[in-house]
Amino acid sequence: MRRTTHVLVTAVLALMVLLLPAAAASATEDPSPTPATPSASTPAPADTPPPGAYVGVTLVDSSTEPPTPVPGVTLVVSSADGDEVGEGVTNDDGRAFISIPERGEYTVELDESTLPDDVEFDGSTTRTVNALLEGGNFVQFQIGVAAVDEVPFAEKFMTAFMGGIKFGLIIGLAALGLSLIFGTTKLTNFSHGELITFGAIATYVMNRAFGLPVILAVVAAVVVSAVFGWLQDKFLWRPLRNKGIGIIAMMIVSIGFGIFLRFIFQFSFGGSRRSLSQYVTQKRQDYGFFSLADKEAAIIIVAIVVLTVTCIGLMRTRLGKAMRAVSDNPALSASSGLRVDGVIRAVWILGTALTGLSGALLAINSQVNFQMGFKLLLLVFAAVTLGGLGTIWGALLGSMIIGILYEVGPLFGIPSSIKEVGALVVLILILLVRPQGILGRPERIG
Amino acid sequence: MDFGTILSSALASALGPTAIVYALAAIGLNVHFGYTGLLNFGQAGFMAVGGFGLAVCVVTYDLPFLVGILIALLATVVLAIILGVPTLRLRADYLAIATIATAEILRLVFGAVETKDVFGGSNGLSGFGQAFNELNPYDRGIDIGIISYRRGDLWTLTVGWSLVILACLLVWLLMRSPWGRVLRSIREDEDAVRSLGKNVFAYKMQALVLGGVFGGLGGIVLALSQNNIKGSDFSTNVTFYAYTALLIGGAARVLGPVIGAMIFWFLMTGIGSFFSQATGGSDPLIPSDIMTDTQASLVRLILVGLGLMLLMIYRPQGIFGDRKELAIDAR
Repeated sequence: MRRTTHVLVTAVLALMVLLLPAAAASATEDPSPTPATPSASTPAPADTPPPGAYVGVTLVDSSTEPPTPVPGVTLVVSSADGDEVGEGVTNDDGRAFISIPERGEYTVELDESTLPDDVEFDGSTTRTVNALLEGGNFVQFQIGVAAVDEVPFAEKFMTAFMGGIKFGLIIGLAALGLSLIFGTTKLTNFSHGELITFGAIATYVMNRAFGLPVILAVVAAVVVSAVFGWLQDKFLWRPLRNKGIGIIAMMIVSIGFGIFLRFIFQFSFGGSRRSLSQYVTQKRQDYGFFSLADKEAAIIIVAIVVLTVTCIGLMRTRLGKAMRAVSDNPALSASSGLRVDGVIRAVWILGTALTGLSGALLAINSQVNFQMGFKLLLLVFAAVTLGGLGTIWGALLGSMIIGILYEVGPLFGIPSSIKEVGALVVLILILLVRPQGILGRPERIG
Repeated sequence: MDFGTILSSALASALGPTAIVYALAAIGLNVHFGYTGLLNFGQAGFMAVGGFGLAVCVVTYDLPFLVGILIALLATVVLAIILGVPTLRLRADYLAIATIATAEILRLVFGAVETKDVFGGSNGLSGFGQAFNELNPYDRGIDIGIISYRRGDLWTLTVGWSLVILACLLVWLLMRSPWGRVLRSIREDEDAVRSLGKNVFAYKMQALVLGGVFGGLGGIVLALSQNNIKGSDFSTNVTFYAYTALLIGGAARVLGPVIGAMIFWFLMTGIGSFFSQATGGSDPLIPSDIMTDTQASLVRLILVGLGLMLLMIYRPQGIFGDRKELAIDAR
């Protein structure tokens, strides 16, 4: 299982297909090689693409820091029928432009013998590009990924499995929040995804606008989230409860609230993805069977600690007991002298804080975007339903299963561009077989 | 500020193809939610199956247009049955989660790179409307001063609004029949209906199928009106906008969803046009440090969310609804 520490070379082949109209149609059938020459002393002339449609290739060796362009590599472009259309050699910038006669599908083949000796490359040498769109169509993909093929399946599995555990723990925090709120108020909160985004954006604002270090920003974001949960309960959900608005109506209110928040986020935060100031890229540490970046290890530890403390707290403390009482029978709890509104307020604060932490960890793990939480909403629902709506341990178990399924699924044939599908199919199946979830009690489903 | 343009674009949108699509979707939701109390949050999935059913049949498998329509509607029926079997026996929020998940699965699969050969990937499918366009009896568009439609749109509008009228007629006839009364009583008290010996599951299933087919018709009209269909046309927001339209007009009213869809799109386009004018130009009404034109396009969406909340809190019966009839919280 131990691998020799050979340099893993990743070559990034960026294919840029620019289709300029008009000239393309009149271009002759005869293949015109690119103006790029391997030994061009000045990159300037080679940077100008040929008139008409062409395939643009950028070859970069990602194993060095910063990535260095790979010059002098021959690339051959062939049409779908196998006819050679053109040939190009990368210049000092690692770029090559090859004219193509018309739109369609083309194969780009990299001549391995022309690669410099110190560049190791063992991926597939051919790539297909579909030159269909008007204007700049930038396709980027890593040839080096194919080199992973030689990594044993067990190791790939372990890496995906650890990714799944990390992801499962992150959505577990959000799922626990959702489950707590559902358990006490019976509200299926469709704005829960926005609470995740709220935590992430709060982290970003604390980090970038107020200049806090990321770790402090996370703490601050959790506090802000807790306050947000308190405000929500005070000004939205409690008045609705007092007004006697039904659960289904409240569910639709939560949809409206979710849409409202989501576009407020987009309004103020913009549509782009943004990174925090620290821990953006980290090298992965090898732990034998799997490798993790330090920040990923930290995320896993933080999530485990918070989840354990919360769950033990909920089982041991008076608040936890009160919450279970309210969850079972609010009227009876109230008549036994429990302040039901106070318990529900505590649940909103705790649930939103946990969800905010989940968003903050996601922000560290990748990037911040206005709809990152909304994209996770259904996975969180799937996790909670799978484990059992309203049960605490069920939410955790469900999240771990969904998280692992999400990351490991692509190894077993689920297309990786739509890996949510596997988790959502499980959600439907579990409703078919055991609707109360793995740990749920049958009477909960009514 | 040119209020004439705002008004005409808002009117054109309120009577246009988009309003028809949402009216049909909302009529379907009215059967589900308004009359039967089923919380279908996956109407976008039904629409997607309708639209893609047609497009895949005609483009990918080269079948005739009418066969495509039939298969598309059949596919929505099948989807309703597949969805209904596991979830209709469960509590309302389970149906909500299962339907929204199914709609997302469909949207992801229809838009995926891996299924590009069948569903066209992110560019979607186009070129299935030829047979439909050939039937177009108009030789030019219409222009009555304040609003105008092109020739193709006019034909879509004729067919679309006819479909809406027929759907309303059908819903009206069905809901005053004994069958419709059973549906309403299921909404009010399922156990009572069961104790009267009715097969509640079968009635719910029929309602789910009927509303799903209306949704599928909406998807077909959408596909035909824009001559293209792709997975991203059917995000979950589509369902939620249709709900908003339904709740504006008033659930459990035959014309509620239709009026609601028209008002919804009148406001959406009107507000959008107002803010784009207010922030555009060399001397904008709203300075760009307060709001850029990208942000201006989001204001109407923020208002949709706010509107849906306020509507549900203060006037759940919408404009025409009867609050006593629609005690939404049956369960």
